[in-house]
Amino acid sequence: MKTAYLLAAFAPLVGAIVAGLFGRQVGRAGAHWVTIVGVAISFAASLWTLFDVLEGNTFDGPLYAWAALDSLTIQVGFLIDPLTAVMMCVVTSVSLMVHIYTIGYMADDPGYQRFFSYISLFTFSMMMLVMANNFMQLFFGWEAVGLVSYLLIGFWYTRESAIYANLKAFMVNRVGDFGFVLGIGLVLAYFGSLDYAQVFAEAPNLADEQVNLWGVTQWSLMTVTCICLFIGAMGKSAQFPLHVWLPDSMEGPTPISALIHAATMVTAGIFLVSRMSPLFELSDTALSFVMVIGAITALFMGFLGIVQNDIKRVVAYSTLSQLGYMTVALAASAYSVAIFHLMTHAFFKALLFLGAGSVIIGMHHDQDMRNMGGLRKYMPVTWITFLIGSLALIGTPFFSGFYSKDMIIEAVRYSDIPGAGFGYFAVLAGVFVTALYTFRMYFMVFHGESRWGRAHGHGHAAGDDAHDDAGHPDDHHHGLGPGDKPHESPRVVTVPLVLLAIASVVSGAIWIEPMLFGGFFGDSIHVGENHGAMATLSEHWHGWLALGTHALQTWPFWLALAGVVVAWFLYLVKPGVPAAIASAFGPIYRLLDNKYYLDRFNEIVFAGGARLIGRGLWRGGDQTFIDGLIVNGSARLTAWFSGVLRLAQTGHLNTYAITMIIGVALLMLFVILPLL
Amino acid sequence: MSALTALFYVFAAMTVFGALRVITARNPVHSALYLVLTFASAAAIWMILKAEFLAIVLVLVYVGAVMVLFLFVVMMLDINMDSGGRGFWRSSVAIFVGIAIALELAAVLFLYFKGASIADAPPLPADYNNTKALGALLYTEYVYPFEIAAVVLLVAIVSAIALTLRRRKDVRYNDPSKAVRTRAADRLRMVTVPPVSRSTAPPGAPEADATDGEPAK
Amino acid sequence: MTLSLAHFLALGAILFALSVVGIFLNRRNVIVMLMSIELMLLAVNINFIAFSHFLGDAAGQVFVFFIMTVAAAESAIGLAILVVLFRKLDTVDAQELDSLKG
Repeated sequence: MKTAYLLAAFAPLVGAIVAGLFGRQVGRAGAHWVTIVGVAISFAASLWTLFDVLEGNTFDGPLYAWAALDSLTIQVGFLIDPLTAVMMCVVTSVSLMVHIYTIGYMADDPGYQRFFSYISLFTFSMMMLVMANNFMQLFFGWEAVGLVSYLLIGFWYTRESAIYANLKAFMVNRVGDFGFVLGIGLVLAYFGSLDYAQVFAEAPNLADEQVNLWGVTQWSLMTVTCICLFIGAMGKSAQFPLHVWLPDSMEGPTPISALIHAATMVTAGIFLVSRMSPLFELSDTALSFVMVIGAITALFMGFLGIVQNDIKRVVAYSTLSQLGYMTVALAASAYSVAIFHLMTHAFFKALLFLGAGSVIIGMHHDQDMRNMGGLRKYMPVTWITFLIGSLALIGTPFFSGFYSKDMIIEAVRYSDIPGAGFGYFAVLAGVFVTALYTFRMYFMVFHGESRWGRAHGHGHAAGDDAHDDAGHPDDHHHGLGPGDKPHESPRVVTVPLVLLAIASVVSGAIWIEPMLFGGFFGDSIHVGENHGAMATLSEHWHGWLALGTHALQTWPFWLALAGVVVAWFLYLVKPGVPAAIASAFGPIYRLLDNKYYLDRFNEIVFAGGARLIGRGLWRGGDQTFIDGLIVNGSARLTAWFSGVLRLAQTGHLNTYAITMIIGVALLMLFVILPLL
Repeated sequence: MSALTALFYVFAAMTVFGALRVITARNPVHSALYLVLTFASAAAIWMILKAEFLAIVLVLVYVGAVMVLFLFVVMMLDINMDSGGRGFWRSSVAIFVGIAIALELAAVLFLYFKGASIADAPPLPADYNNTKALGALLYTEYVYPFEIAAVVLLVAIVSAIALTLRRRKDVRYNDPSKAVRTRAADRLRMVTVPPVSRSTAPPGAPEADATDGEPAK
Repeated sequence: MTLSLAHFLALGAILFALSVVGIFLNRRNVIVMLMSIELMLLAVNINFIAFSHFLGDAAGQVFVFFIMTVAAAESAIGLAILVVLFRKLDTVDAQELDSLKG
């Protein structure tokens, strides 16, 4: 066990504990120093681990035996291989950027130390998740990140909308977790162990095993297990239909939107499927399921991004769409491509979120894009970095996003599992949509006329339909008042932006060849021979420069360009057109505005149904049956019975005497009758 | 039918008639008097059965003491005659129960005790003295129950008095049990008084200055 | 017919039944109830005497002796209780004695 692993995992925990429990004693500066040092140590250790792994040193071993049951020992252990090392670096680097950024963003917040404690705690949980060598520890990390996400979304807990959002996130995640637990249960039942090593070794032997569902049908064990595990991933990585929590999670402060809901927690699902590649490769059905879900998410979430007016919401839907891309890549058995896109996406999406945060600070916490415009004159650094992030997101050649996205599109093209055709169509169409909403956002914020002078709708709320006048801490004046001008954010905010921008530009070109085609992932990812997408990709690989210049001959480039042009036209040249289109296509617009009515559906069917059942059980079961019938009923029965018995207690002497006499007579009868 | 049988029937009829009138008379004084008649007739029947001592004792004790007591009480309590009636509507049930019991007893009788005629009774010696025979048994074999019976009577006396005793409120008397239970310490308290020196204090002044009225006994 | 044990026992039975009826009928008058009890004891005594005579065993008469003792004691105490009751309630109606009513 190398010290680096322990440092990487537990340094953030130490920081979290100090900042959390001793926040008042160490003060604000103390809290942010201890956590930043913790995460920085963790980052250094992760980098060291990465270099160690590149030299070929992997590790799989227990740290501590947590519980010993009859046939099962539950360990805390680490599995350090290339996949883990990549995730560790991504998580800690983005976390470090966010920690530094938070000094500036949350400077005025009374819960400063609590926030730092939470994000450090999150880092620890995520590290435990990616470094796990068995399902139980994975599940621990899984639940822990869910918990911290809940705490952070509801960070401003006096706001009602925040509380609704964090509960929604937790609930939807729980649905996913249910499937996840079923999957783990199946693994334990059929493989007999929770250790990755044992499970993966056993997997080929159980490739043809069938499992009996509800005594009715037989399904392949691998399919059922993988689908159950993927349901967990759907919850965490916000795939359709368990995506509904992610837009609402924008109620939390922007740094956590960047950290958790762009770069790290939502990628836990992608990481999970990659880690489970030995299992998924044995089930084509499961892969098709993953493909379809991912494709739906990629395309339809993009559509929703076009109609949002809150800057954070646009980026949120963009995240959802990009997660769909990653999922599609996983389904095409291009796991390394998915992880590669995970990495590049972490950088440019975190950049976009932090940039949006910077814009929000500049706008005095007004998030409505309709009140912005022309900000590039006032916030130059933010503008440049945001532009870089946007270009990376849409897949501009030579930017990081281009390499990862293009590889995904190609991989899906070469995949031949059922549903791949739909997947290919979805990711291709998604390129246009992505470019459209991204540059719509960009033009509305940084170009065009400055609209904050107009008394437009109060768009501070982190949602178009939420009204929250209740207690946001910085509530004195949100939005710019008349005569105010936005200003650039302080260094602690802009420096992370610059660093992430650099990563967004270069990380693609530098690392694509080693990661995808250089055998970087080695044994950590297992691709079956019948899924040849990766193999075909590596046949067509000619280097990053060639790919970039070749882009002009491919569909994605022209689609992205078309998207930019349309956005430029609709929002800079003729700004009145979007409104006209919206009214012309009224029903479609309403459908999109209401997020496909999924929230309403959940409210009515699941929430309403649960309330109905609860009320029914309360009135019928509890009040009527238990209280009325059993408790009060038994009391009433006793009272009635004693009322009847009471009639015998007349208190009159004669009645007693007569009763005795009649009794004697009857007794005598019983004695005499046999004698007759 | 022999004379004995005829006598029996006469006295038995009187007994039954008396008992009937006891329970159906409106006036409780009448009931008591009819009860006297019943007892007297029963005494005669006992004579037929050659139990003359008990027959006389019946008359002496029951009629002479118990019935007189009943009459005292009946006449002492100012009983309201109207409320002293009986519930007519219960009489059918009562008669039914009574007949049932009578029939049950009769069934037992006539199953087992038919036939034993009075002539079959073991003959008694010529100089048979019922009183002497009873006495002989009572003071030898049954002397223990006899003593207990005496105690029972004593208890009856005491309890009857104790139940009905009413005390006069204006009488003052000395409660002997309290007198026996007093202690000297409750009546007399010795107090030490330091001597006050006077120049010409006469010698021999007694020390017990503080006294109560009563000397300690 | 000749006098037999059955006659005397029948007489005792009738007296007993009459006293039971008496208790039934005289619920309003505790004194007559006490008298019915005396009648019951008389019936039992007749039985004892009859058996004593027909079995030649004087023990029956000794028993009657004791029964009479106890009956006397019991009627004395019963009447004392009655007197006290009357002082309290000013009535001997047994229907009025319902403090023990449940």
